[in-house]
Amino acid sequence: MSIRGTSAIVGAAQLDTFKTDGKSPVGLMAVAVNRALADAGLTLADVDGLFTASSYYAFPTLTLAEYLGIHPRHMDSTALGGCSFIAQLGHAAAAIQAGLCDVAVVAYGSTQRTDAGKLVSMAESSPYEQPYGLIHPIGAFGMVAQRHMAQYGTTSEQLAQYAVSAREWALLTDTAPYPTPLTVDEVLNSGVITSPLHKLDCCLVTDGGAAVVLVSAERARDLRDNPVYLLGSGEAVNHRNVSQMPDLTATEAARSSQRALQMAGVTLDQIDTAHVYDAFTISLLVLLEDLGFCAKGEGGAFVENGNLAPGGSLALNTNGAGLAQVHPGMLGMFLIIEAVQQLRGDAGRRQVPDARLSLVHGMGLTLAAHATAVLSTQPEP
Amino acid sequence: MSAPTRPPITPRGEEKVFFDRLREHKLVFQRCAGCSHAVFPLRTVCPHCFGESLDLERAAGTGTVYSFTAQARASHPFFAADVPYTLVLVDLDEGVRVFANLVDCPPDDVSVGMPVEAVFDDVEPELTLLRFRPVSIEEQS
Repeated sequence: MSIRGTSAIVGAAQLDTFKTDGKSPVGLMAVAVNRALADAGLTLADVDGLFTASSYYAFPTLTLAEYLGIHPRHMDSTALGGCSFIAQLGHAAAAIQAGLCDVAVVAYGSTQRTDAGKLVSMAESSPYEQPYGLIHPIGAFGMVAQRHMAQYGTTSEQLAQYAVSAREWALLTDTAPYPTPLTVDEVLNSGVITSPLHKLDCCLVTDGGAAVVLVSAERARDLRDNPVYLLGSGEAVNHRNVSQMPDLTATEAARSSQRALQMAGVTLDQIDTAHVYDAFTISLLVLLEDLGFCAKGEGGAFVENGNLAPGGSLALNTNGAGLAQVHPGMLGMFLIIEAVQQLRGDAGRRQVPDARLSLVHGMGLTLAAHATAVLSTQPEP
Repeated sequence: MSAPTRPPITPRGEEKVFFDRLREHKLVFQRCAGCSHAVFPLRTVCPHCFGESLDLERAAGTGTVYSFTAQARASHPFFAADVPYTLVLVDLDEGVRVFANLVDCPPDDVSVGMPVEAVFDDVEPELTLLRFRPVSIEEQS
């Protein structure tokens, strides 16, 4: 028994993806839920499965259910950091298949930009790291970058190339927060925050809310003519704190993506668009290697010459993703939304022609947890 | 405005054992009696064989830099006067990896593979922190 193709995303919405005005994180979640349901042609009364994660609320599903005034019969607050929602797609599909719920909503909201400087992370820090002054998470990614450079000769210019490419994709949207082109020199001159990473090697800090609605594949066909099917789902994890990361240049992304692709019955070369967590330029490079888009250690060369920019060999992060579009602390939900846009053919100027198959990959914390989803316009590979 | 105070840590269980030994200027790790693997940080169950017989051993304190970063920003106002400061992951000679600061070394002089040695910094009467410093060429020979 597999969940392959048994459920589909029939509603999706995102809002206030730069700065909010007078809304709380749960308020953003609630608005996103309502809009995603409207997009699906459903109402709050239909929702009986609720999935969310948050760095604001210790019991986020309870907070959201109370706010919405609903009484779901299946709840999930799987906390894997920024990839939680990608994992929850699989959890929702399994719950629907098992009859635990019929209409599952996966939601997220954050006011990280509005809270700038005031945000206190809920995550406990390690006594092996905190007394030494590590900035979570960027200090850890500085260490990852330094090791990748020492081991493979990766350069700051190569890392900067990705930031430039992400900005080019963002320029093809109507919502790019920084609607001007970026150069490698600008990245390199933006100031080192934690060596070797510069300010523009880091994701944006934004607010944002987003939600998707999943139902069974059977019901999806009655709701809309372009449901987005979940063909494959995979998860993997191997550490919590960066001081316990076995190899700073290699992650469990390889395993979560293999699981998802195997379940989907497709191979990487069939993927039309890829949506890969880019909290930092270096995290994107490491993930591209582990996902298999290039060989280990060759991420630097892979991003050169605009290979990941519009028109390059891989349609990656087609809205600019975390580096150039939106990053409210947990990016996973927004990677899903962009994949749905592409597969529905709703991506406007950035539309990848005939996109039929998308890979969504997220990480949580410092390359610690991984979740991969394969989304498709068809219920069969 | 009063000066920022050190962000408190509350080591529990095995963590407390480690920090208690640091106060005695001992850098410790464990060796599993069942499978002989070196283990760090301290645990109650061996991550290699799941045995519960882990013996405390004292490390020599020498090793090499596995990776590092020089932070131009502080994680907390208490550390603001120290920027830029260097964080290191050090592979000890005994085969375990520990996290700490590197001191007595300008950020531009740090490199992966550099030999370092542990020093014990009694930052408060009740708290000793681990630092590493470069091992000079003379000391190595």
